[in-house]
Amino acid sequence: MMDMSAVHPHDLGPTPAAPLPELPEHSSRGRLERVLRRGEFAITAELNPPDSANPDDVYERVAHFDGWVDGINATDGSGANCHMSSVAICALLTRVGYSPILQISCRDYNRIAIQGNVLGAAALGVCNVLALTGDGVQGGDHPEAKPVFDLDSTSLLATMKKMRDDRAFLSGRKITDPPRLFLGAAENPFAPPYDWRPLRLAKKIAAGAQYFQTQYCYDIPLLKSFMQKVRDMGLDKQAYILVGVGPLPSAKTAKWMRSNVAGVHIPDSVIKRLEGAENQKTEGIKLCIDLIQEIHEIAGVAGVHIMAYRQEESVGHIVKESGILKGRQPFRRAFATLADSEMPPSSVAMGQVVTPA
Amino acid sequence: MSRVPAAFEPAGKAPRDGKKFALRFWSNTHSRGMEITYSVVEKMLHLAAPLFKAIGYDRLEKPVAAVEATIKGALFDCRMCGQCILSSSGMSCPMNCPKNLRNGPCGGVRANGNCEVYAEMPCVWVKAWEGSKPMEHGNKIMNVQPPVDHRLKGRSSWLAVSRGAHE
Repeated sequence: MMDMSAVHPHDLGPTPAAPLPELPEHSSRGRLERVLRRGEFAITAELNPPDSANPDDVYERVAHFDGWVDGINATDGSGANCHMSSVAICALLTRVGYSPILQISCRDYNRIAIQGNVLGAAALGVCNVLALTGDGVQGGDHPEAKPVFDLDSTSLLATMKKMRDDRAFLSGRKITDPPRLFLGAAENPFAPPYDWRPLRLAKKIAAGAQYFQTQYCYDIPLLKSFMQKVRDMGLDKQAYILVGVGPLPSAKTAKWMRSNVAGVHIPDSVIKRLEGAENQKTEGIKLCIDLIQEIHEIAGVAGVHIMAYRQEESVGHIVKESGILKGRQPFRRAFATLADSEMPPSSVAMGQVVTPA
Repeated sequence: MSRVPAAFEPAGKAPRDGKKFALRFWSNTHSRGMEITYSVVEKMLHLAAPLFKAIGYDRLEKPVAAVEATIKGALFDCRMCGQCILSSSGMSCPMNCPKNLRNGPCGGVRANGNCEVYAEMPCVWVKAWEGSKPMEHGNKIMNVQPPVDHRLKGRSSWLAVSRGAHE
């Protein structure tokens, strides 16, 4: 029998796919919001979406996160490259009880498509969204594509807040059953204009953001000065800030990333540390753990967002070694199956458990 | 890397090179003066509202839009979105952003303050932030801007200001 005592009772629903029981003042019925509101140091991780139509590819990749994270980001054409859609990945993940984060990039859809997708995703059990501007098409595999950018990340937040709280589309037309979403936004404290970044956070909060996931952090002093301003403005009390981290596979990749991936800032000291190591990959993971431990000590930081691109298998090790769980047990897929077997059958059509290959 | 034109980008208008002088950058560094000028223009537009109404806004739309496009095109590289927010963006036209962002910079701004998409062009919102600092109502940059109404493209913002005061 699996030990489920470490799981918070609020974090298990009657069936894997069913939304969790309602809690007062929560805007969503998802697990991520509960973990953050309880004041636990939350962990989210980014899922690298497959270039295939096979759901097993998603389940195999997500298996690396099982029991280690509180939320799973399904990227939406990140880097302007084409992959399986975020909505579809999220729907596959909610079927088995995971708490996915739907990423919406303004680059690819207009306001009609976005609002429709938000309703659809919520209907499929998605409780968390992340509003993004999106990388420019020039950097992806379809540079000839038409960039849409009908909304921007801030007006997208305001749109979703309106859908949820005012039960209406942007047009004003009523929504009978509103999407119960926990609204997230991105911030990059490591890109200019540095002194505006905390204010930009405030602006996104005003538009509806309840949590933030930042770009990769490899510069602790820069993060600290950002967080100082955030605390001075009291913003850490108004939204949860999850700092982005990730293991660098080698000094060469790190150099490539900082000159080719938009918004990624990697100081020379990090490159030097990797270059000086016998095994750069192991050193990259160690560096990631060190960074998480330092970030954990910064006041006002609510969690970390692990982006282990093509190193998903290292996420469990990183979380474990950094010691940030402190005995807490994030959701495991087996819990949902277990809870399911003890509960009467659900009326939710999507409730069947999907077994990966 | 080939350049991807933004949705609002007129044909033949290349993104500005930050190293070369352009009136757009001058207007941006003189944002306080522009703000004063704009407040005077706004008052005049309000005063002219009865006159404009007598002539007919529909009849005025084409010629006024042409004048506005010429003046603001020269001063700000205006893209005639028809819903001007220059006073809320440090006198830096947000429609020059290849992502058409109207609420601030994206996360892709380069370390030198240049655009993610156009490496030579200073980020429109880095400029907007600088421009907003000396302005009296520079804090308007914190206002959450609604999505663009694409129906207004090419129409005069000046007449809209005048009409708004009149109606």
